[in-house]
Amino acid sequence: MGEMGETIVKLEQVVFKYDGQERNAVDHVSFEIFEGEWLAIVGHNGSGKSTLAKLLNGLLFPESGRILVKEKELTEETVWDVRRQIGMVFQNPDNQFVGTTVQDDVAFGLENAGIPREEMITRVGDALHKVNMDQFLNQEPHHLSGGQKQRVAIAGVVALSPSVIILDESTSMLDPKGREEVLETVRMLMEERGVTVISITHDLEEAARADRMIVMNQGSVYKEGTPKDIFLLEEELISLGLDIPFPVKLSSSLREQGIELSQIHLTDEELVNDLCELISKM
Amino acid sequence: MMDKLIFGRYVPADSAIHKMDPRSKLIMVFLFVFVIFLANNVVSYALVAVFTLAIVKLSKVPARFLINGLKPVLILILFTFLLHLFFTKEGELLYKWNVIEIYSGGLRQGIFISLRFAFLIVITSILTLTTTPISLTDGLETLFNPLKKWKLPVHELALMMSISLRFIPTLLEETDKIMKAQAARGTEFSSGPVTSRMKAVVPLLIPLFVSSFKRAEELAVAMESRGYRGGEGRTKFRLLRWERKDTYLVLAICILGILLIVFRT
Ligand SMILES: Nc1ncnc2c1ncn2[C@@H]1O[C@H](COP(=O)(O)OP(=O)(O)OP(=O)(O)O)[C@@H](O)[C@H]1O
Ligand SMILES: [Mg+2]
Repeated sequence: MGEMGETIVKLEQVVFKYDGQERNAVDHVSFEIFEGEWLAIVGHNGSGKSTLAKLLNGLLFPESGRILVKEKELTEETVWDVRRQIGMVFQNPDNQFVGTTVQDDVAFGLENAGIPREEMITRVGDALHKVNMDQFLNQEPHHLSGGQKQRVAIAGVVALSPSVIILDESTSMLDPKGREEVLETVRMLMEERGVTVISITHDLEEAARADRMIVMNQGSVYKEGTPKDIFLLEEELISLGLDIPFPVKLSSSLREQGIELSQIHLTDEELVNDLCELISKM
Repeated sequence: MMDKLIFGRYVPADSAIHKMDPRSKLIMVFLFVFVIFLANNVVSYALVAVFTLAIVKLSKVPARFLINGLKPVLILILFTFLLHLFFTKEGELLYKWNVIEIYSGGLRQGIFISLRFAFLIVITSILTLTTTPISLTDGLETLFNPLKKWKLPVHELALMMSISLRFIPTLLEETDKIMKAQAARGTEFSSGPVTSRMKAVVPLLIPLFVSSFKRAEELAVAMESRGYRGGEGRTKFRLLRWERKDTYLVLAICILGILLIVFRT
């Protein structure tokens, strides 16, 4: 996983309220995002995650507070630059596919940025190669699986070589195979290009693999930390309407039963390894 | 059923006409619509027929697609034929029975007008059968580009068209899904009296509308997030290429026009 770099995005006391709503959808939120990290944002339905993502992309503007992207404040003037820095992949694979074919769709962002055609062709090719979709250049969207469409969406973002990619529940409509494909693609981009990933998700197993996690509750940051720190909260998380990954649950039940496991376990592997070690000691 | 309605159109094939620039085809069809009205005798109609057949031959589109295209207008063609046959009273009397009188001029006129109709349908069908909707859109966009001066939103219209084209299959799929869901709840779409079938469409259209609006909203957000801010300063990925054969096609229709002016009476 990527090592923590400098601060790339910074939120300072950001507040946002939708017209006609009583509560702030995002309520005095402050945190930092570091270059090259994988940050998972979790929280119950309506906790303000998508609103936060839209604020980061300048699709909404805060009522008060500031968002800094590479030390520049996100305003109406800087928003178009920021959108080139921060790419976003949405939840529904169908509703973000603009082009009539795969390559047209990847080119859409480049066309908007006014990139010359020659360069566009190489960039589209490269991006599709990166997400392993280069054999589908002229395919139409309704002939692609959900996972393939999401990979095309990622290619569309990658073609613009942003520093940050936000995934707003981008894997939630996919089957396990499609989900794995997409996550694998993103992980590879992180390693090869050092992009920063912000992944908004309901899948805590996915979040457990992040470098850092932020738990949102009713529009505010409830807790920020490494997945290990976060999952130590167990009961609290459940009371916030979140589930807990199976290995974490199992490991804590085992500890309750008096089995001497030293720590919590985020993945099946960790748990299995520790158990094997324990058995070999007996 | 709905598949055929829209996808029955483009027929992929490796032909000279397929490979032409959509602009040259559009110009040719546009001119053809005017040129054909110059034909008014056997020789000129023969020339138009030769031109039409040559285009059909070059396009390599199987005849059955053209016949399918003609079917819906067959009644119209027949109707105009009969209209001319019975009501044009020129030339010599060929046949008389009671009040029905058929003159040679009427027969001639009937045949000519029906042919004109058929040629028009065939040539326009060739356009849509050999050009993908998206390249038609591109062609129209570039041809209409000068009209931007008069505030015609050419880019926006073209984008609207290409997005509609992109979403037609998605919406058809969705219609199918909703239809099945409603059928599972006992709605009859394909049998029963017309009124109840019409009523059955309501629970189909409403969910479809609702979801289309949701899609539109999400798409707009996604487009904005991908940096879309109107046609200004945008470059284009799909390129139209005007080649020599495109010039030949436009020349051919011009020559046809000139020949018709010469040979018409
Ligand atoms: N367009 C809108 N207009 C008005 N209120 C909205 C709008 N979008 C979201 N909200 C409200 O803002 C709050 C935060 O919504 P948001 O979509 O950010 O939540 P979320 O954490 O992404 O939820 P989910 O997990 O369901 O995606 C919710 O109370 C929601 O009802
Ligand atoms: Mg959301």
